[in-house]
Amino acid sequence: MTAILTAMAKYALILLIVFYTYCSFMVLRGNKVNSNPAALRLQSAIMYMIHFIAYTIIFINVKEKKIIVLYLAQVLYFSITKGIFLLTYRKKISKALLNNMYMLLCIGFIALTRLSYENAYKQFIIVTATTIICFFIPVLIKILKNIPYLTWLYCIAGIVMLGVVLVMGRITYGAKISINVGFFAFQPSEFVKILYVLFLAAFLSKSQSFKRIVISGVFAGMHVIILVFSSDLGSALIFFVVYVAMLYVATGQLLWVGCGFAGGTVASLIAYRLFSHVRIRVLAFRDPWSVIDNEGYQVAQSLFAIGTGGWLGMGLYKGLPTSIPVVTQDFIFSAIAEELGGFFAISLILICLSTFLIYIKIAMLHPGLFYKLVAFGMAVTYTVQTVLTIGGAIKFIPSTGVTLPLVSYGGSSVLCTLITFAIIQGICISIPSQPEKTKPEDEEDYDDEE
Amino acid sequence: MKNNEDFFDDSFEILDESLIDYSDREERDIESEEVRQNPKKQSEIKRTPKKKNFNRFILNQTILFTILFLGMIGYLVYFEYKDADEVINNNYNKRQTILDKSVYRGEIRASNGEVLAKSITNEDGSKSRIYPYGDLFAHAVGYNCNGKAGLELAANFKLLTSNAGLLLQIKDDLFGNQHPGDSVITTLDVNLQQSAYSAIGNNKGAIIAIDPATGKILTMVSKPDFDPNTIESDWDYIVSEEGNTCLLNRATNGLYPPGSTFKVFTLLEYIHEHPGDYSNYSFDCSGTLTRGEYSIDCYNRNVHGHESLIDSFAYSCNSSFANIGLTLDMTQYKHLCKDLLFNSNLPFSMTYAKSDFELNEKSSTFEIMQTVIGQGKTQVTPLHLSLIASAVANNGVLMRPYMIDHVENVDGRTVKQYESEKAKTLFSAEEAKTLSEFMGAVVSYGTGTKLQSSEYDAYGKTGTAQFDSSDNSHSLFMGYAENGTKKLAICVVMEDMPAGSTWAVPAAREVFDTYFAS
Repeated sequence: MTAILTAMAKYALILLIVFYTYCSFMVLRGNKVNSNPAALRLQSAIMYMIHFIAYTIIFINVKEKKIIVLYLAQVLYFSITKGIFLLTYRKKISKALLNNMYMLLCIGFIALTRLSYENAYKQFIIVTATTIICFFIPVLIKILKNIPYLTWLYCIAGIVMLGVVLVMGRITYGAKISINVGFFAFQPSEFVKILYVLFLAAFLSKSQSFKRIVISGVFAGMHVIILVFSSDLGSALIFFVVYVAMLYVATGQLLWVGCGFAGGTVASLIAYRLFSHVRIRVLAFRDPWSVIDNEGYQVAQSLFAIGTGGWLGMGLYKGLPTSIPVVTQDFIFSAIAEELGGFFAISLILICLSTFLIYIKIAMLHPGLFYKLVAFGMAVTYTVQTVLTIGGAIKFIPSTGVTLPLVSYGGSSVLCTLITFAIIQGICISIPSQPEKTKPEDEEDYDDEE
Repeated sequence: MKNNEDFFDDSFEILDESLIDYSDREERDIESEEVRQNPKKQSEIKRTPKKKNFNRFILNQTILFTILFLGMIGYLVYFEYKDADEVINNNYNKRQTILDKSVYRGEIRASNGEVLAKSITNEDGSKSRIYPYGDLFAHAVGYNCNGKAGLELAANFKLLTSNAGLLLQIKDDLFGNQHPGDSVITTLDVNLQQSAYSAIGNNKGAIIAIDPATGKILTMVSKPDFDPNTIESDWDYIVSEEGNTCLLNRATNGLYPPGSTFKVFTLLEYIHEHPGDYSNYSFDCSGTLTRGEYSIDCYNRNVHGHESLIDSFAYSCNSSFANIGLTLDMTQYKHLCKDLLFNSNLPFSMTYAKSDFELNEKSSTFEIMQTVIGQGKTQVTPLHLSLIASAVANNGVLMRPYMIDHVENVDGRTVKQYESEKAKTLFSAEEAKTLSEFMGAVVSYGTGTKLQSSEYDAYGKTGTAQFDSSDNSHSLFMGYAENGTKKLAICVVMEDMPAGSTWAVPAAREVFDTYFAS
């Protein structure tokens, strides 16, 4: 009976997630924030169905009461916090973004509960606490008028935090990325990602003179270099790409993008020569099979998981995802692909893509350059991080040891990603109800292209 | 709540003004002198003539990042569709224990459908693996215990994957039955395998035969062997016995000195270096060749007298080839051997040993004289030599050798068909033709005359490879036979048997006769 239920659940979950994914692109259409109420409601319903089916299977396999407790707690969390968001901010927040946020959290909860109840429990507590903080963020973004002007606060706070990690950092998997705050290993680089985008947006939105571009480059470079010396190359890469992307939006000059990529290429070559753990990652990427005992072990196990799972997946508890080292963080995608299947995994990537596009839509709808840049910068941060994690897991690119936002286990990561989502919602609610007279041509432009 | 919303709406007007015109605010330490004096001016410049379309810049990059996402999805699809099957079939993938519980291991069959390995359920519910042909296919099919070998290893995950229909799978789930694993249909030919098996007899050695046009491995025999039906209980005895090498698949993993079969490589290098006039080469053989303090003897010190290049090859004259070898450009020679798969990976997906060639620019005269006639440090596998013969037979094109023809589900529906594919062009068509002329001479008047037949034309090179200082040697043959478009490439190695022409050639003949009789 367990077997047949698991098998049926496997197919049901695939159908539901594919349907959800379809909806997540439907809701992107139109130039209003919330344009497709039917699809939005459907998304919400599908999320609860996926959550219910998956936890039923988890319970059947584990047969422990605490699973039911966790499930009910999560249902309460989803419905109450979502209710609060919708009631507080009425129709102004992006429901599509809210739905995707809960869907990604839901997939994360399912995967984590299956892999390690302790991790899932801890993650749930952090998510709940953070969400309470997040209720206030959109309104703060809207009413605090000096947010665009605290340029140097963002910059200095960011550099100091990264500097502290460099000095006091604890070594984790070859990189100094966290400091111990009591029981909780805090990763400031996650938090600095937000400050960094705010800094660049504030600085670049005021003027785009050559002098300012050079100065912005110096300070952005400082962030990246500290990260490189902390050996946190995944984050360094994210910061770098975000800088180039934001610079291009602010200046519109491809020359800067060219310079950026030339510099980036040189920097990666230097990093390759300088750091042994970069060489190891590249080696494991190029041919994991020849070094399967050591360097290639993780990537090989990840590919075994994805490959053995195939299109339909092995079914929850039918695979062996725990054979992948650091599975709950860097390789959670592989665990999902193994047990829930390739179709599910591709849907997950598409949901991440639609999340990115929602960010972009909000960036384009907001008339103010600062908020445009913040939303865009955070969109790029989100995307690069997603691509680095998933791409690393499927051997599309060398693995860099970053987490999949909202899905992977990791207190700092999920905390900061939720704050980012809340900031975007804040930008979304501060989009004026009627577009300005001077702007419509812009909007038509991108509508045509879409 | 109502108040709340009003509050937001009211604040819009003030907020928007201040947000759009940042340039009205000064940042005194950085803004330029001009802007500081006249902030309005800067904002005007920004707004009217230089107004930037920020959304366009955002959109450009959005397209780029979207392509990145789609590229990643494309890669994942490609991986699942194309690579996954091969990737997961790895001993490091611990999932086979899981699959073993849920899937009933599939059958391995010969090309005509004969069952070579199947699983049965015993009365007590335990499972056994049965090999109806006993030790005939011991090395090709392998065994499914103690780490696995042969096809049982190479196709492990295919045998443990069930592509049974969805309804059947659901039915099996309902009744708690195991899913029927897929069956692997090989390229192996039972008849040919039997003839090769009897040709080696009780000697040690290996025979591998390939269809040159497709790369299908039709026969793979290695002796000594074992009975896969009882391997589990025999295991401790086999591994504890000193010098027992019955688990070694000599066809793919046995490294042998090539002996005179290596003259094919030396010959080709000489032809490369003398493209127009190699037919003018002549040599007077006195049974031995001396250079300084070293000398090379012909087999049995036979005196071959005045001979051309083709005669030297047909008679396998060591003196003449040592003489040729000393004139060769070592750098080019080394490259040629590398191109012909020495010191490199073979295009073969199962386990094999890499062949080894160690001559270079610094090698001594004696090393060169030894190596060009196939002695020295060179080591080669029968698989490798059969691939060279196969490429000569196929106009210089090497087809990727393979043993799995297709995979079927339990209902006999083909799940995956393996197509033959080109691995590499080893020779130009012209070179292949020249080599076949030389190899034909070996059969028509040289050391391989025992292969003359009315059923087919045979081509090849014999070898007698000395493996110790007391003149003990292995007997080798590499070559092919053809009748119209029907071709078969072969390599025979018989250990510790004197002279290729006496032992390996008749063995090759038995296999050719069987193949062309059918």
